Amino acid sequence: MSVQDVNSTVVALNGEEETGGQKPLQSLLEGAGRFLSRYGLLIGFLLLWHVASIQRWVNPSVFPPLDDIAAAFWRGMTQGSLLADLGISLQRSGIAFVAAVAVAVPLGLFMGQIRAVERALDPILQLFRQTSALALYPVFILLLGLGELSKVFVIFWATIFPLLLSTIGGVKEVDPKLVEMARVYGASRLQVFRRVVLPGALPSIFVGLRLSATMALLMLIASEMIGANQGLGFQVMNAQFNFQIPLMFSAIFLLAALGLAANYTIVLLQRRLCRWSNAPV
Amino acid sequence: MTAAALSANGSSPASTRGEVSIRDLSKSFRIAGRDFPVIRNLNVAIGAGESLVIVGASGSGKTTLLRILAGLETADAGDVRVSGRQVSGVGAERAMIFQEPRLLPWVNVLGNVAFGLELRQGARKVPRREAEAQARHYLSLVGLTDFADAFPRQLSGGMAQRVGIARALAVQPEILLLDEPFGALDAMTRITMQNELTRIWHEEQVTMVLVTHDLEEAVYLADRVLVLPKEKHRAPRLLDIDLPRPRDRSSPAFTRYREALLQEFGLH
Ligand SMILES: Nc1ncnc2c1ncn2[C@@H]1O[C@H](COP(=O)(O)OP(=O)(O)OP(=O)(O)O)[C@@H](O)[C@H]1O
Ligand SMILES: [Mg+2]
Repeated sequence: MSVQDVNSTVVALNGEEETGGQKPLQSLLEGAGRFLSRYGLLIGFLLLWHVASIQRWVNPSVFPPLDDIAAAFWRGMTQGSLLADLGISLQRSGIAFVAAVAVAVPLGLFMGQIRAVERALDPILQLFRQTSALALYPVFILLLGLGELSKVFVIFWATIFPLLLSTIGGVKEVDPKLVEMARVYGASRLQVFRRVVLPGALPSIFVGLRLSATMALLMLIASEMIGANQGLGFQVMNAQFNFQIPLMFSAIFLLAALGLAANYTIVLLQRRLCRWSNAPV
Repeated sequence: MTAAALSANGSSPASTRGEVSIRDLSKSFRIAGRDFPVIRNLNVAIGAGESLVIVGASGSGKTTLLRILAGLETADAGDVRVSGRQVSGVGAERAMIFQEPRLLPWVNVLGNVAFGLELRQGARKVPRREAEAQARHYLSLVGLTDFADAFPRQLSGGMAQRVGIARALAVQPEILLLDEPFGALDAMTRITMQNELTRIWHEEQVTMVLVTHDLEEAVYLADRVLVLPKEKHRAPRLLDIDLPRPRDRSSPAFTRYREALLQEFGLH
């Protein structure tokens, strides 16, 4: 079977128009087409950057060619502090994000279910949410010092609100008709929560998680740019200050990769936990 | 007298299993500071295994009556008993089927059918295997064995409603309450579902109280039809449907019953 497949692929690559050889070629082309339609623009963008830099259409000291950046990245990772910066940044945003999830999801689930609690807490939540966490950063520094704690806290602070509000929204949007149905079948309060409210709110919680992850990275960079001597955000500023532009872009790309990885992980988790919502129709 | 005394003790003699008695039931809703009577002094007794169909104009209190029987709504006055026990809150011996299927979107069809069984705790806890086997049995009863692993969004309206019926049957209730269960279905599917419901009702020997707007459906399914008047000063009326089963929708006798019901609404 597999031998045949290999054969027919070879035949197809040789350009034979046999019925047996058409299928693999077709799927190969389809696969390539799908890849190009998804990543073509990105590849084009990077190519344009590279060529523009080499051809000096742009100033190469501001937009260095990609191989310079790659070399700086390699050097930064192996000899420089880039790996340590990545580690400390991951630690700061990770701790803050996990703490925010641990507080926001249970609190949101609780607040969403109990009207009085939600009504009492909503105005203060709105006020906190509308006050930019960056504006409060100096206050946190005053309270917690210029060390790790104030950075982690400012990220935590900014991260908690999107998640909290999404969770509350998710709980409130759970279909009361389903809750009533569960009650008819004798569900206890806990069972209603576990079997109806929690799964019903899960898609909204995931929306909140993605918003929060984005927010966590944003605040990480901001806090590291303001008062830090380590971390990717600091490295971006520092490299720019020392005119190590390839290193600066290395740190920027690392931050972008961090964001992509976080988002991808959450999407993967969501696919696993919310399989019902993307079952084929 | 003895029956009342017995049920006051909370026990239910075997002879009353599946019986429903509604005495002097009244219910009004307070809307914008005014009391609107919805049910006034209703008296009905439903025999075990009987099929009672409720018809009435919109707003005549059909859903309210069903919800009182289900324990989702409390009566203002009167006495409602199912299988000899006074109704206060929801109970395992009563299952309600709503106008919408109300399936859990995140659970597959089999899980939805097993839902009522899985909720049971303590001494009434059903082992997982057993719950699944029972769910499969009722799923086959509604003809959906092949869809056990499908998710609700992959079902048609009629299929979803059948899953809802299987879920209700799986808890083996003494009485089945149905609020316009086929209202959202097309005419052809509706007839299929009516045939199937008749078969299931017969097989399970369950008491059935069904609300509908469809007079043909009423004559087809009912042992008796309860006609709720819109004007609260008029008394509700009961109509015996004395037709052999399976019923022939095109027979003259069937048509006569349908016309008699139309007349109840002053439409003939
Ligand atoms: N929760 C409620 N609060 C206030 N009024 C209500 C409530 N439920 C029902 N009513 C009122 O009770 C009356 C009867 O309602 P019900 O839903 O029982 O009617 P129905 O016979 O089922 O009507 P339909 O055929 O349209 O479903 C209506 O006038 C409605 O406004
Ligand atoms: Mg109704």
